[in-house]
Amino acid sequence: MAAVRFTLNGKPQMVDAVSQMPLLWVLRDTLGMTGTKFGCGMSLCGACTVHLNGEAIRSCITPISSVAGKNVTTIEGLSGDGSHPVQRAWLEGDVPQCGYCQSGQIMAAAALLAKNKQPTDADIDEVMRGNICRCGTYQDIRHAIHRAVELQGGAR
Amino acid sequence: MSGRFDRRGFLKTGAAAAGGLLVGFYLPEGSKLSAQAPSNAKLNAFVRVGADDSVTLTIHRAELGQGSMTSLSMLLAEELECDWSRIRTEFAKVDPANYGVFGSPVLQGVFGSLSIRSSWDPLRKAGATAREMLVGAAAQQWGVDRSQCRAGNNAVINTGSNARLSYGSLAEAAAKMAPPAKIALKDAQAFRIIGTSPKRLDTRLKVTGKAEYGIDVRVPGMQFAVLERCPVFGGKVASFDAGKTKSVPGVKNVVQISNGVAVIADNTWSAMEGRRALKVKWDEGALANTSSATIHNMFADLLTKPGAVALNTGNVETAMPGAAKKLEALYEAPYLSHAPMEPHSCVVEVRADRCEIWAGTQIPSASRDAAEMITGLPKDKIDVHTYYLGGSFGRPGQHVDEAIEIAKAAGVPIKLTWSREDDMQHDIYRPASLTKFTAGLDADGWPVAWTARVASPSFSGLQNGVDRNGVDGISSVVYNVPNFRVEYHPPEAGIPVGYWRSVGCSQNTFFAESFIDEMAAAAGKDPVEFRRHLLAKQPRLLGVLNLVAEKAGWGTPLPAGRFRGVAVVNNLGGFNAQIVEVSVGKGTDNKPKYRVHRVVCAVDCGQVVNPAGVVQQIQGGIVFGLSALKSGITLDKGRVQQGNFHQYEVLRIDEMPVIEVHLVPSHEAPAGIGEASTPPIGPAVANALFAATGKRIRSLPIRPEQLV
Repeated sequence: MAAVRFTLNGKPQMVDAVSQMPLLWVLRDTLGMTGTKFGCGMSLCGACTVHLNGEAIRSCITPISSVAGKNVTTIEGLSGDGSHPVQRAWLEGDVPQCGYCQSGQIMAAAALLAKNKQPTDADIDEVMRGNICRCGTYQDIRHAIHRAVELQGGAR
Repeated sequence: MSGRFDRRGFLKTGAAAAGGLLVGFYLPEGSKLSAQAPSNAKLNAFVRVGADDSVTLTIHRAELGQGSMTSLSMLLAEELECDWSRIRTEFAKVDPANYGVFGSPVLQGVFGSLSIRSSWDPLRKAGATAREMLVGAAAQQWGVDRSQCRAGNNAVINTGSNARLSYGSLAEAAAKMAPPAKIALKDAQAFRIIGTSPKRLDTRLKVTGKAEYGIDVRVPGMQFAVLERCPVFGGKVASFDAGKTKSVPGVKNVVQISNGVAVIADNTWSAMEGRRALKVKWDEGALANTSSATIHNMFADLLTKPGAVALNTGNVETAMPGAAKKLEALYEAPYLSHAPMEPHSCVVEVRADRCEIWAGTQIPSASRDAAEMITGLPKDKIDVHTYYLGGSFGRPGQHVDEAIEIAKAAGVPIKLTWSREDDMQHDIYRPASLTKFTAGLDADGWPVAWTARVASPSFSGLQNGVDRNGVDGISSVVYNVPNFRVEYHPPEAGIPVGYWRSVGCSQNTFFAESFIDEMAAAAGKDPVEFRRHLLAKQPRLLGVLNLVAEKAGWGTPLPAGRFRGVAVVNNLGGFNAQIVEVSVGKGTDNKPKYRVHRVVCAVDCGQVVNPAGVVQQIQGGIVFGLSALKSGITLDKGRVQQGNFHQYEVLRIDEMPVIEVHLVPSHEAPAGIGEASTPPIGPAVANALFAATGKRIRSLPIRPEQLV
């Protein structure tokens, strides 16, 4: 067990955990932040996507020791109120069906748009192919990402 | 337990323990309501009205993505004349007397695309009954005849004086009114909500990470469990050594249950680590030498013998010999896993006098029945709290049964979580099938006789030797073939099998719609024209076929390298025709690769309650069917060989075709739509691949090397 300090959704956080414990389970079980989902445990499905210093990462394979001193953002911290352009686009398009993968989809899309203000369909494929949706919302996700580009532009 | 309690989880449990206060309600987008539960007057099992003018609707079919929370609310709100922005919803408790399936006194759940078709009349009547009670209360208060009162926009209006009483002010008095004996429901022309696409009630929660699934539940004192099961189906624990497990940090306890050995810890990861250190000797049982090859051989052997007769129209024995041309084909489909994104997880607490279950499950009454059996407690001491499901697709709730056993043995509240590997290797699978077809065509190329012999494990009971779910999609074919015989064998392969989105049609429509395409090719006829001719007396199926052919531009030129394929189905009253466009090329690894570019789908599902919801279900069903072309569950030494998404591939966004959905306007009774689009996509793709390559796909998953 070791004390790990990091910034979680803008606030200082300290946890006592086995250094190899994945960030996913620290968030969900230790801290009770269940917006980040468990899907595969092997970085294959993207349901656990969060931001580490602004980059999309899979929290299911990220040891807690490796986030020490860094900034972690989860779906709970993307915006306080669902006002991030990606969330607004998702709301407008009623994207989720079961919704289970959508925290990860939204975090992946938000990280994409932070780097690439106007992604092409190929750019979207390249990044978002890491996130599985079994309900089949991919077409709506693609439309919502393009819509988020417009909303993001409008906000600037 | 380390860490802190989630306050919402704590309040939830506190409220439940205090005696069944309202828990877990949801506010819609743009709601005018505060999040505080108001006092509610209960008008019937589905409608409560609060003094604050809120309307609480009880959702009695689990929300697993199919949009039942929204569409069932629409049915109630249509007749209730309430303000959509004042609706809140809650999931029903287990109470089959009020919420049973098609009036069943014991079975409450959702399956068979039945949310809408089983609720169309009952929920509109429940809404209308509540409305009439509110109108009656207003008439009484005003001392006027009720014919002078009308309901609208969450209030009753006195048409004589234009006075207005809000639903909230009438709620208490309305709850004391006798429900009307007779109720007249609106004509379709008067619908204000049905047929529109309001925003889903669950979207905001799902884009902010606040929607609570079974896997998210937390209760005070809860510990986290995983379960080591025998890798071979039907095997049992012979002995186990938990010595190393108990020294893994965070591990609290190890208990044996009927289905394996559970490791309990203060977080899920520690429980998983503890399980890795566990040494179990298994009695692997009868299936230790079972493989996909032995199963195939078992099925193939059965196909050499006549099976139980599922359908026998005309006389194939006399018709077949006279046919001008004969075809024969063997089709095969593998076992399939449901693989929803949420691995099975739930929370259970078993005390001496009470059992509480917090779970997402399609059939909560089955979870209560299991708890009754395992704990010995009477039903009224068992509560099942229903949560969102992260997909499901027909998967049963066996995790709840396991968690009840673990919680009982452990004596503390337990959250059991399945790993992805647990989920894929201990599922209850879509059965494999091996099916032999023969057909005879007359001199003009039209089919005069068709035989099918199916070998596919049974899971829903045999009647005269036939499991209808084993042959559905073949025996339900409505092409005009005068002599048609379907036989069925239920092999006892020992692999657990059950319902999977679109059930028998998931493989049988692939077989039948591919084989009808083989007949068209053998007859030298266009696949759409061939089907049109044989569907001349099936107006609704012909209607969607004609519509999809028009919208897809069937017969018009395509870009070089693109080819079309078609398929149709009637699934649970949902008439569905699809035309796809594919190309075949080489991937970056220089191996053959196909791509589905466009899917055009025409749907006649009767009265459409929520068009946007139907389109979502059609898109989702198509993606689900496309995934089924990519993977299969295989066995070796009685073990499932796939464990995670690298071995069981599903469709990802970079393979997503453009999907266009066209709905046929109709006022026929609504059909189920959650499964209708899964069956035709596979054969439409395979038929397009035949058009592209001349290679006929008769075995799934599609192996691209088959295409060269």
